[in-house]
Amino acid sequence: MSEHIVPVKIYVSIFLALVVGTAITVLAAFQDFPGALNVIIALTIAVVKATLVVLYFMHVRYSAQLIWVIVASALFWMGILFALTFSDYWTRGWL
Amino acid sequence: MAESYVEHEVSHPALQHHFENLEQQREAGTLGMWVFLVTEMMFFGGMFLAYTLYRSKFPAAFAIASNHLDIKLGAVNTAVLILSSFTMAMAVYSTQVGKLRAQVIYLVLTIVLGLTFLGIKAVEYHEKYVSNLIPGSLIPGHPFNPDPHAMHLTAGVSMQHVQMFYWIYFAMTGMHALHMIIGVGLLSVILYFSVKGRYSPEYHNPVEVTGLYWHFVDIVWIFLFPLLYLLGRHLGGH
Repeated sequence: MSEHIVPVKIYVSIFLALVVGTAITVLAAFQDFPGALNVIIALTIAVVKATLVVLYFMHVRYSAQLIWVIVASALFWMGILFALTFSDYWTRGWL
Repeated sequence: MAESYVEHEVSHPALQHHFENLEQQREAGTLGMWVFLVTEMMFFGGMFLAYTLYRSKFPAAFAIASNHLDIKLGAVNTAVLILSSFTMAMAVYSTQVGKLRAQVIYLVLTIVLGLTFLGIKAVEYHEKYVSNLIPGSLIPGHPFNPDPHAMHLTAGVSMQHVQMFYWIYFAMTGMHALHMIIGVGLLSVILYFSVKGRYSPEYHNPVEVTGLYWHFVDIVWIFLFPLLYLLGRHLGGH
């Protein structure tokens, strides 16, 4: 499998998308949305930005499947870390 | 057998003897860096967990403490880091297509932007020092002791919980800054060999894996900025 070279146009587009995402994050933070919507909006944009960096700047979109497995394993174990910890903390009041 | 031996003789000087060819060497290097980055994600993950836990326990104190951070400097630093990720990606690209002058220029730009980030971070830390917001007794003789009025402390919010935010703030941004310093160090080594002309379209894996590390540190900040600087702004921050 030979190496894929990402064109400059894509790098520029991703950079602009990241700048726009940052601007939207700041603007949205000053609006008072109902409930937990503020943090949901902020984290959704952050996840989208991180995904763009991983897929294009870090070339994962064009990488071997083994790299995908490694990245997915990180998210999987992070999920375990949060799920098990909060299944404890959030249920303590139930006793 | 004899043929492959001859092929070995004329192979690229950067090819290590335990790899079949440069392609395999490159993929192994990239994979190794990704495995390292997984351990880094778990490392920062623990701190993100602590943040989530204490923020859910003390939401009001965290909002008040966060509103004291400098949103302008935080936003500028986010832009600086995103731009540095772009110049890093361009440094890797320039190496891949053999534009070696551009490679050196983009590496220098990335280092300068990284140092700019650290400089702005130092200005922020100094402001926290002046406002007595360094938690505990990390600075001997200069304990955590902010002015409650300057913090806009509301009734029922404990200064201890505000301090908890600052423990997490300094732990996370401090570890992030340390990673930036290490990144600038790595890039300086890459720049040195780049100027010497070591990297080429055939052999550029060191540039690429250093880029992977740099982008990872950028991603950590992409999460830190909204979580630390923006969490209480909608409640009427200043």
